[in-house]
Amino acid sequence: MPFAGWEMPVQYEGIRQEHVAVRTDAGKFDVSHMGEVETTGPEAERFLQSVLSNDVSKIAVGGAQYSVLCREDGGVLDDLFTYRLGDDRYLTVTNASNHERDFAWLAEHAQGFDVDVRDVAADHAMVALQGPRARAVLGEHLEGDAPARMRVASARVAGVDCLVCGTGYTGEDGVELLIPADRATTVWDALDVTPAGLGARDTLRLEVCFHLYGNDLSEDRNPIEAGLGWCCKLDTGFIGADALRDFEPAETLVPFAFTDPGIPRPGNPVLVDGEPRGVVTSGSQSPCLQLGIGMAYVPVDAAAPGTHIEVDVRGKRRRAEIREKPLYKKEDG
Amino acid sequence: MAEETYPPELKYHREHDWARVEGGEATFGITWYAQDALGEVVFYDPPDVGAAVSANQSYAEVESVKAVSDVVAPLSGQVVAVNDGLTDAPERINDDPYGEGWLVKVKLSDPSEAEALLDVDAYKKLLQS
Repeated sequence: MPFAGWEMPVQYEGIRQEHVAVRTDAGKFDVSHMGEVETTGPEAERFLQSVLSNDVSKIAVGGAQYSVLCREDGGVLDDLFTYRLGDDRYLTVTNASNHERDFAWLAEHAQGFDVDVRDVAADHAMVALQGPRARAVLGEHLEGDAPARMRVASARVAGVDCLVCGTGYTGEDGVELLIPADRATTVWDALDVTPAGLGARDTLRLEVCFHLYGNDLSEDRNPIEAGLGWCCKLDTGFIGADALRDFEPAETLVPFAFTDPGIPRPGNPVLVDGEPRGVVTSGSQSPCLQLGIGMAYVPVDAAAPGTHIEVDVRGKRRRAEIREKPLYKKEDG
Repeated sequence: MAEETYPPELKYHREHDWARVEGGEATFGITWYAQDALGEVVFYDPPDVGAAVSANQSYAEVESVKAVSDVVAPLSGQVVAVNDGLTDAPERINDDPYGEGWLVKVKLSDPSEAEALLDVDAYKKLLQS
């Protein structure tokens, strides 16, 4: 399946079994389509603080942080992880479909700062190793120490110098490996776990309510509406902060689960008291819960967990209930 | 998942459906090719018993985790039975697409429509083209 110019496997053996392998054992994902931007120089922190929504000064060397990149009006250009590799050196991971736009935005706004912003996407492959057994599997091939959650470290994996990041997109423990592009297959082949495709990546992240750019996030939504106010530190003065300062959202992103049979899909209308008042942005069948689940933008007066809604799935009204995040917790499995 | 097979006694529709015609009734389902393309089926939304179905028109939906697919009726008639076993085990469509994975039984309104369907050789040729 082509995705942002990449040939991507949606599945290897089947989405459900790949999903369950990651929840109960471990799985590996080829996520080399993700982009990377390196920011170096004496004003690297000051520059990133001016564009990223979170408080970049809080990232210690060897640390990681989630943030969004906003337009002046608060519209979300991308959601990103930034790793601090050194005093004046940061690596930011972008979504494939936004990478070129992100890089252009960063390069443009770097004018006037003493920094060097480089597009290093072509230098890196990326493999996510996720699941309760992921760290044990990594340990079999690792020289050096694995970083804790939300930390990053350089280490040799299967003889290849990698950046090992204690992050992921599945709700499971695990790591993401940034690998020199020409050595990627050596690392991939060494990891003897279930290969998992984009399909399982999507159902895993949806069960734990992680946002997917293009579905749940877009330039038409700001991070407050999207429930990402926690990573927007307005006092840092990032681009977009002024627009968000006194913003009162009319709609907000909520997770929901079907109480009827059926599967919600992006674009399905959400009905509150029988009236169309919202829209599904992500939807699928949860392999762990065996239910239709999703996320939707709904009016704030209908956003409380426990609120009963209906989703119009191609003309059939399916009953659903707004839930707390995450939809899936370990003890459910 | 089942081996790739196309039973010779069935009639095939080019939208990857099959019909087993027995007198004035027929059983419908989707072919091995269709279930393979769809992936693991996780939901089957059947029509109501008594509903009218028209040849070449959608009468039901099957969904995998990744996609929804309309199921097209190979022949016209009235639904006389739906496979209730698929409610709890929709994966039977993958495991046994011509047996336990059948979708509906239909009382045919015009059995001569079957002449327009493909035989197994013509359907296999379609798959190779």
